[in-house]
Amino acid sequence: MTDAPARPIKVLIAKPGLDGHDRGAKVLARGLRDEGFEVIYTGLRQTPDMVVSAALQEDVDVVGLSILSGAHMTLLPRICEGLRAKGLDDVLVTAGGIIPDDDIPALQQAGVSRVFGPGTTIREVADFIRANVRPREV
Amino acid sequence: MSAPTAGDRGRELAERARDGDRRALARLLSEVENRSPAAEAALRTLYPLAGRAHLVGVTGAPGSGKSTLVAALVAEARAGGRPVAVLAVDPSSPITGGAILGDRVRMQAHAGDDDVFIRSMAARGHAGGLAGSTIAAAAVLDAAGFPLVFIETVGTGQSEVEVAAVADTTLVVQAPEMGDEVQAIKAGLLEVADIVVVNKSDRPGADRAAAQLRGMLTVGAQHDRAMGDRPRPKRPQVMLASALTGAGVAELLTALDRRAPATAARDGPDAAASAAAIRRADAQLAGILAQRLAEALREPARAAERERVLRALAGHELDPFAAADRLIALLTTPPTAGAAPGSGAAPPAQGAASEPAE
Repeated sequence: MTDAPARPIKVLIAKPGLDGHDRGAKVLARGLRDEGFEVIYTGLRQTPDMVVSAALQEDVDVVGLSILSGAHMTLLPRICEGLRAKGLDDVLVTAGGIIPDDDIPALQQAGVSRVFGPGTTIREVADFIRANVRPREV
Repeated sequence: MSAPTAGDRGRELAERARDGDRRALARLLSEVENRSPAAEAALRTLYPLAGRAHLVGVTGAPGSGKSTLVAALVAEARAGGRPVAVLAVDPSSPITGGAILGDRVRMQAHAGDDDVFIRSMAARGHAGGLAGSTIAAAAVLDAAGFPLVFIETVGTGQSEVEVAAVADTTLVVQAPEMGDEVQAIKAGLLEVADIVVVNKSDRPGADRAAAQLRGMLTVGAQHDRAMGDRPRPKRPQVMLASALTGAGVAELLTALDRRAPATAARDGPDAAASAAAIRRADAQLAGILAQRLAEALREPARAAERERVLRALAGHELDPFAAADRLIALLTTPPTAGAAPGSGAAPPAQGAASEPAE
């Protein structure tokens, strides 16, 4: 352990697209709060631009995208591209919600590090983030 | 030396942030929140450029509509072409250190507009409604060229008045169902308001709430005169607005703008520092002195003695005043040769040591 106090990991939880509810995202946000993360919650019906702009201004370590609508193959790659275009290529991107297994390889190709399906525990998500968040040189 | 130091990195971030690089600005705000060495170098570079912005504190109870109203004010300011920044503070967990920063939920309309910069801050254990680094973060946004900076506090109760020491202008947001006239005459938050706005004016009861606030807050001119130079609460302007319908928002922004203080940086060297600027400088200095003092006491040469004093205090062998005096005496002893140069130990040692002599 170093003397410097551990900097809390900052996570943006966003719901791109036209999902009707955000119960799961809120439960996850709350769970990550309990894991000691600073969670920026932006709510429903986010456009890719909103997600990228929030990630940039908040200087987050992780972007967690929750999507139930089936539009993931359009929206998630667009967000990953937007992040890269703004120079945010060191941000860890994860996804959750209803995403068929067959789509996962293409999403990983697009830049999503991990897709968490139904039944994932909050602990698994937190552990994955801690293990994979990229060190920041600033 | 070839490897860039933290100071170099801080100065580079400061220059990029000043020149409009929003990513550098965001990174710099993280450094400031983390109170890193890079942040200190950056703040030293930027401080002379700050002092131009109008810092508007927005406070009020949870759910009174602060974030929604700030979003409406941001839209109004953008319609007039002005860049706007927002610092939105939410509480940190006292147990895990985690936080939910949810103010952005109400403020997502300006994505893609480079002249709106919104940053959430976790309070990180700081009491009073703000984060410990809020003043420094506001100075960074000020130096980065935002002429209007809203500082939204955590949802407050009756006595979290710190924002009034930090902001030039303090806006207290009230919901219509605020209680009776006795609530309006209680000491605390309402005393530090420049403007009290009854938000959600589209709801029943808003007019009555505004009338009650006016009745209780704006009376007393005769008593004010009788109090002469003694400190006295402000007589706030009471307004009505609805962030939902937009009613009253333009009028509110105009009323806020009218209160923008004259500043040396903006209005030339003849402009006197405003009372708000002096309060803010005082609060900032107190924070930095406390940090320097803590750092100086953590120097390896002093840490052991500090620990002994702490234990003696905890065991009631020393009283707290004697303990403080022992630590102040400790600071006047120079740290051992091994201590890092430029660690900032010397200035607080002198400052602290001079106090008992007065």
